Amino acid sequence: MEMLLSGNEAFARGVYEHGGEFASAYPGTPSTEILETLARQCKADVYCEWSINEKVALEVAVGASWGGARAIAAMKHVGVNVAADPLMTLAYTGVGAGLILVSADDPSLHSSQNEQDNRFYGKFASIPVLEPSDSQESLDFVKDAFEISEKFDTPVLFRVTTRIAHSKGLVKIGERRTVEHAGFEKNIAKYVMMPVFAIVRHKMVIERLEALKRFAETTHLNTVEMGDTKVGVISGSVAYQYAKEVLPGASFLKLGLSYPLPMNKIIDFASKVDRLIVVEELEPFYEEQILAVGIPCEGKKFFSNFMELNVERVREGFIEAGALPKSTALPKQAQENVLPRPPALCPGCPHRGLMMALKKCGVNITGDIGCYTLAALPPLETIDTCLCMGASINHAFGIEKAKKTKKKTVAVIGDSTFLHSGITGLANVVYNRGTQTTIIVDNRITAMTGGQDHPGTSKTLMGEPTHAIDLVQLVKALGVEHVRTVDPFDQKTTLAVLKEEIERDAPSVVITTKPCVLFPSKLKPATKFHVLLEKCTACGACFRIGCPAITASSEKNEKGRAKSQIDLELCTGCTLCFQVCPEEAIQELKK
Amino acid sequence: MKDGTTNVLIVGVGGQGVLLASEMLCQVAKTMGLDAKKSEVHGMSQRGGVVTSHVRFGKKVHSPLIEEGAADVILAFEVAEGLRWVHYLKPGGTIIVNEQRIVPPIATTGKFSYPDKVEDTIKARVPHTTVIDAFEIGKKLGNTKLVNTILLGVLSNDLDLEESKWLEVIEKMAPKGTGEINKKAFIEGRQAAK
Repeated sequence: MEMLLSGNEAFARGVYEHGGEFASAYPGTPSTEILETLARQCKADVYCEWSINEKVALEVAVGASWGGARAIAAMKHVGVNVAADPLMTLAYTGVGAGLILVSADDPSLHSSQNEQDNRFYGKFASIPVLEPSDSQESLDFVKDAFEISEKFDTPVLFRVTTRIAHSKGLVKIGERRTVEHAGFEKNIAKYVMMPVFAIVRHKMVIERLEALKRFAETTHLNTVEMGDTKVGVISGSVAYQYAKEVLPGASFLKLGLSYPLPMNKIIDFASKVDRLIVVEELEPFYEEQILAVGIPCEGKKFFSNFMELNVERVREGFIEAGALPKSTALPKQAQENVLPRPPALCPGCPHRGLMMALKKCGVNITGDIGCYTLAALPPLETIDTCLCMGASINHAFGIEKAKKTKKKTVAVIGDSTFLHSGITGLANVVYNRGTQTTIIVDNRITAMTGGQDHPGTSKTLMGEPTHAIDLVQLVKALGVEHVRTVDPFDQKTTLAVLKEEIERDAPSVVITTKPCVLFPSKLKPATKFHVLLEKCTACGACFRIGCPAITASSEKNEKGRAKSQIDLELCTGCTLCFQVCPEEAIQELKK
Repeated sequence: MKDGTTNVLIVGVGGQGVLLASEMLCQVAKTMGLDAKKSEVHGMSQRGGVVTSHVRFGKKVHSPLIEEGAADVILAFEVAEGLRWVHYLKPGGTIIVNEQRIVPPIATTGKFSYPDKVEDTIKARVPHTTVIDAFEIGKKLGNTKLVNTILLGVLSNDLDLEESKWLEVIEKMAPKGTGEINKKAFIEGRQAAK
């Protein structure tokens, strides 16, 4: 049967078909749908969980693998940084049953803070890297990945990009087949990485890489398609599809196993073509390795390492290289200058109330990873930093200890992010005698990635009820004595509490208590608000809270400034605009 | 586009139903035995951002993305979004513009303004422009949520896909109990543009 599946859905199907029994992940675009699909469709056969962070996700998957279950851990590219500690030594211990680490990279950072190329982790850890080029391969390569993992006793890095993860294509699906493995067996030389054993395993890693290099020469994952020999193209992942689109008649060496490279195959391929051109997204990962063995090739000078490739960029590159005549370029048409639509906090978002109050506090605000980062943009302009998961608390601490900044600094972090990697930072603040205020914007969900549960929501990924961590008790246990909860839609109280805690010469935590308006289910407003145009003076106070429900109406004041209007389809009745209107022009809609 | 690949770019604003529309189009192509791919970016779209979905179908499709200047048809759920992406259209291509304006909050800052007479600007650039008020047609049919299928009906005139396959897919993919009204909406759209 054929189905239209995204790369993520196809990979999930592959895990199911090829006997996967354990899957863990922390949500992160563009990887999230892998676990969502598995939990929705396969939870009877595959155990699925949202782990508290990526390090935990990888470590539990390692445990499952050592315990005899084919396992996968999925995360976005920056999540692999969090999991890098176990990964680097996991390369030494190897696996039990097959183990796949999915890295979903995000060239062009559609929804990320950087565009790092995680193929380097394969080289760094000396483990094989598989790269599918479409949805069908996202399914099929799972079989290869599990088999390579078991045959060579290694974790396999399965690297996809946004255009593989989120593009859909037709996929032939099959039946589930399971593979028998024994449970955990004591083997300290393999599993206890103290120096005496680890040194032996490092030798194994080096030998294993040699064996993988030999395997790379013969595997069906790397394919040669001979055509016109004027240009030979080496490519993989979605870049292969773009190159194939632009130069369909050329000779291709398509890499499905992109580390280690099949160097003999490459030498042979190079000898059959006049010129070797490497088309790869982001860094010159293949190109540098090919050049290092003395094979002349060109790549990054035509296809830069900045942002994702696409058909037009690949065409332009081939034209620049002289591999395509200029006449093949599609006529460039002028782009119209249309106003931007930056993503904004939703109408009724509880973060808006907190940010409005914080704006009045005259503080620096270190931020974290989550929807609240959107408050860095106009009109709220409150968040001052965003680096990585859990960092806000530590940045605020460092700025305070540096003693050069007059204004106080507070940290803002979401509930899911705090549980992910904020707890340790807060413990550090208490231990090292910091005095900052940390604000946990607790909307009871992982919102940015589309509403996933976490250890504070009382539900698992497989839908079972579970214990919910009590954030107040948790931070008190870390030693924070001053812990306050506030309703961020109550501006007066929120501002008063913030001012009090910011002034305090001791570490404090303020937790906002209102849930996300979108997840787990869209909020049904109890009431809505509208603008009384005769009272509105077009002062713009309600515009400055950045609510998508509030727009300019066609009514103008005497100076020609537009009065506001509220879209009743979007209004959630949160009352924030009502609270900021100095003219009492915003009123509750009478039913 | 008879033998080659057909490129349809569907654009709009988060929450308008762009992704469901492109999913239906892909399914119709699949039902006709064609290869089909589509690509879009998730993540920020739920927060009122720009949404684009590239749909490509034909005998064999490689790239999931449409090359700039190679779209056979652009279907814009929102007028300014039609203007934003018009340069993706190939010379001689068709653009279908739904007459809905969604003004982003950034327009209230005074730094940006929503463009005037967008339909005219598009028409001046593209001889084959179809402007349609799908919202109004939906209202007449008694449900403004039908905008999606109405626009697919309009789009179907410019594509070489069988009507019966469209209806089959709509029947299958429409929310429970709305198959009939959605098929009706599709046909209304298909006829409205003729």
